[in-house]
Amino acid sequence: MDDLNTDVIPGTLDMLILKTLSLEPMHGFGIARRIEQISRGVFKVNPGSLLTAFQRLERVGWLHSEWRQTDNSRRAKFYSLTRSGRKQLELETADWNRRASAIARLLKAEG
Amino acid sequence: MSLWRQLIRGVRVLGNRRAADQEIADEVSHFLEEAESAFVAEGLSPDEARRTARLELGNATAIREQVRWYGWENKMDTLFADLRYAARRLSARPSFTAVCVLTLGLGIGASGAIFSVINAVLLKPLPYPISERLVALTHTAPGIKIERLSLATSLYFTYREESRVFEDVAMWMGDSWTVTGLAEAEKVTGLSVTHRFLDVLKVPAALGRGFAASDADSTSERTVMLSDGYWRSRFGTDPRVLGRSIVLDGNAYRVIGVLPPSFQFMDQRISLLAAMRISRAGVRLISFCCQGIARLKPGVTLAQADADVARMLPMAPAKFAMNPGFARNAFTDARIAPRLRFLKDDLVGEIGATLWVLLGTVAIVLAIACANVANLLLVRADGRRQELAIRSALGAGLGRIARDLLLESVLLGAAGGLLGLALAQIALKALAVSELPNLPRIDEISIDSTVLAFTMVVSLGAGLLFGLIPVIKYARPELAVGLRSMGRSLTGSKERHRARSLLVVVQVALAMVLLVGSGLMIRTFRVLRAVDPGFSAAAELETMSISIPETQVKDPEGAIRMEEAILRKIEALGQVSAAAIISTLPLEGGGDNPVYAEDQPMAEGAIPPIRRFKYVSPGYVSAIGSRLIAGRDMTWAEMYNRALVALVSENMAREIWRDPRIAVGKRIRASLNDDWREVIGVVADLRDNGVNQKPPTIVYWPLLQKSLAARDIAVRDVAYVIRTPSAGSSGLRQEIQQAVASINANLPVADVKTLQSAYERSLVRTSFTMALLAIAGAMALLLGVVGIYGVISYSVAQRSREIGIRIALGSPRHEVTGLFVRYGVMMSGIGAICGLSGALVLTRFMKSVLFEVSPADPVTYVAAAAGLILAALFGSYLPARRAARVDPLEALRAE
Repeated sequence: MDDLNTDVIPGTLDMLILKTLSLEPMHGFGIARRIEQISRGVFKVNPGSLLTAFQRLERVGWLHSEWRQTDNSRRAKFYSLTRSGRKQLELETADWNRRASAIARLLKAEG
Repeated sequence: MSLWRQLIRGVRVLGNRRAADQEIADEVSHFLEEAESAFVAEGLSPDEARRTARLELGNATAIREQVRWYGWENKMDTLFADLRYAARRLSARPSFTAVCVLTLGLGIGASGAIFSVINAVLLKPLPYPISERLVALTHTAPGIKIERLSLATSLYFTYREESRVFEDVAMWMGDSWTVTGLAEAEKVTGLSVTHRFLDVLKVPAALGRGFAASDADSTSERTVMLSDGYWRSRFGTDPRVLGRSIVLDGNAYRVIGVLPPSFQFMDQRISLLAAMRISRAGVRLISFCCQGIARLKPGVTLAQADADVARMLPMAPAKFAMNPGFARNAFTDARIAPRLRFLKDDLVGEIGATLWVLLGTVAIVLAIACANVANLLLVRADGRRQELAIRSALGAGLGRIARDLLLESVLLGAAGGLLGLALAQIALKALAVSELPNLPRIDEISIDSTVLAFTMVVSLGAGLLFGLIPVIKYARPELAVGLRSMGRSLTGSKERHRARSLLVVVQVALAMVLLVGSGLMIRTFRVLRAVDPGFSAAAELETMSISIPETQVKDPEGAIRMEEAILRKIEALGQVSAAAIISTLPLEGGGDNPVYAEDQPMAEGAIPPIRRFKYVSPGYVSAIGSRLIAGRDMTWAEMYNRALVALVSENMAREIWRDPRIAVGKRIRASLNDDWREVIGVVADLRDNGVNQKPPTIVYWPLLQKSLAARDIAVRDVAYVIRTPSAGSSGLRQEIQQAVASINANLPVADVKTLQSAYERSLVRTSFTMALLAIAGAMALLLGVVGIYGVISYSVAQRSREIGIRIALGSPRHEVTGLFVRYGVMMSGIGAICGLSGALVLTRFMKSVLFEVSPADPVTYVAAAAGLILAALFGSYLPARRAARVDPLEALRAE
């Protein structure tokens, strides 16, 4: 393993989970896998943080969960977005874009 | 919404911890399995896959714990665990816990009980809808020196007709009737009221109807309403009582309704409510008879109502004719002015000051109890220093240790609160059965939600308060000190019991305040006891009252002859040494009316000062145990001859003629066209308004007189005073009953009691306050001395090595003792000084409960301080003596 930081940027884990789930319902490992793959290994999600985040998001009402069979016939807890979760994703995405582009502008101006 | 979900989820998790844990465990293990199979899919062997997954993702248990920790319910979980731990620690020390809970329970119970009284008497609204708009229609009349003037019928009509601020006006008076024809003749009390009375209160009849305008007419049928209690006991809740006729004082009254069970009014004992029937045309201007109540229109203030009454008062003379025999401008000369009061204030009266003093007292007791418990907790926390040091060395945070210490004290507080509630309940029960405190609204006193909330806040607040002291001192343990002291202890550090000494100083200061307070009350009580009330040996004076209605004996002289016959029968009873008749007993007041003196000419139409009127039989002065200052008593012959004679009180004689001897032979009369009556005797003053009130000036008229129109007037409602050593015994009461019945079997005997009980009643607020303060003061003193004892003996034990060294080096033993005694006296001295200055400020609030004693009474202060220092000396000498007995060899060898 090299020393590259694979931590998720603080405060963005919720958004990443919501985004991933906006495509289809998934279980915990699937979400972790998807985040890792799509970010091309830049972000690796710690399972403890991920599962805690599920608890939190579910209590806020953005996620819905149910136990289902997976493709390889194991029982897994599948998460899906609720309507307010979808709304929250839009909010967070817009907010992130606004801030990210601001940072990008700042960094560009420096150079 | 999401808060709600948080709550629900948390509660569900708490409700089924195991299922929740299992779900998390399943999810974690599924995660790890999927990770493993992913690694296998990448080409690793199952074993390698498992190892890599563990390596990259971490231990399953650790993940579980991390996930499991989320949610408020988990913090609750540790709180419960801590609570259980604290409870277990407390139950491991039963005697310590018992002492703490008992101390707190007493303090909280006392505060709770007094607060329930304050809540019921002062804070709760009266039991009528929108009762804060009810006012008592009271006036003052400086022109005739009347502080509190009630309502006249003329003013009642004036206010009804002219008012802009009153929604409704009514008039009432306490009344009593002899009910005949039901069972045995019975004296029954109640109110006579004008027809809108219940409408002013907004109380509807429970059965039948309330009074209507048609009941108020002097030509209409007499009507009456029954109280729920009277209806139950006399008519067995028979609804057919409506429309029935009952006989009151020989007149038939139609029963039209029954009052609701909860009905009460101004602490009057109400069995019946009779309608006043007034013919407006017959009303004269000066017709003060009754009390008035009114309901203010919404938004009207008391000041506005006063202003409106002031506007209406001058209208009355134009509406109503002046009474015959009065000067034309008598009404205006009285300078009547409004002094409306809220009905509740009128009912509660002056008791508020006493109650707040009592609450202050028990609050101080509670503070002392808290200081005491804090002291005990400090000792305990001191014993746990090592444990706390180790815990904090192992990583327990400041907050965790603080919570641990606080939980213990909050638990103690809560337990004390529960015990306190039970004690308060018992105290209130005792209060309800004793007629001791003479409280208004006593029936309304109970432990309601307000009292519960108060007790809860007080107990938790107390728990936090005394719990914080050890927290501040020990939650941040100095590791080195804490751990080192496990080994050989050093000589006691001053630092260690500075907190305890401070607490003792606080205790002593508070005890000082209570001692001064109780000292002031004791002095007040002694002064009051020494006051000559105007009668003597009241414990040997039996009193009872009867009334002879006109329907039984029409002729006034006949009524008086019957009263005398009863008196003779009673005098003939064994052991009765004297007996007499009076219209109203001492301490029970009577009418107040102007009296003219022949040699004090009044300006045309002016009204002379008013005097208390009492009507007596011959022999009254000696029977009551009073003295004739000058002159002589009247005789039965004079009474039946309608002789123009009267007795006056000493203060009245001095006020008018400056010398009682001069008064004899002077002439007085009660109205302008009355006959002049000769003052034949001057009687010692009587404290008729209460022992702690100034004695009113009194005229004693004969029971039977000839009035203006040469008509006989007899007093038909009379009380007997009977001097006998067997006063108060049931045997005597039976004999009296028989004596009355042998003359007239239709006369109910009422209000049987000794004059002593009325005397005690008039002192009861003072004696109750004194008793409570004295108990509180004694307890506080005891606790303070115990506190000093504790600190000194602790300090002796701590410093035994040092003492050993001192003695070994040749210090005289009495000097060692002196060292500790000086410390104790210093603590109590500082406490006493703080307490004395505190008392100077606080006792000012006692002014209204003191009698001829200044709140800054130097004797009390010096005595209290001396007593306290002496007690402190004693409390510190006992343990200090032990210091002198320390054996240097043993002390140095120990440990």
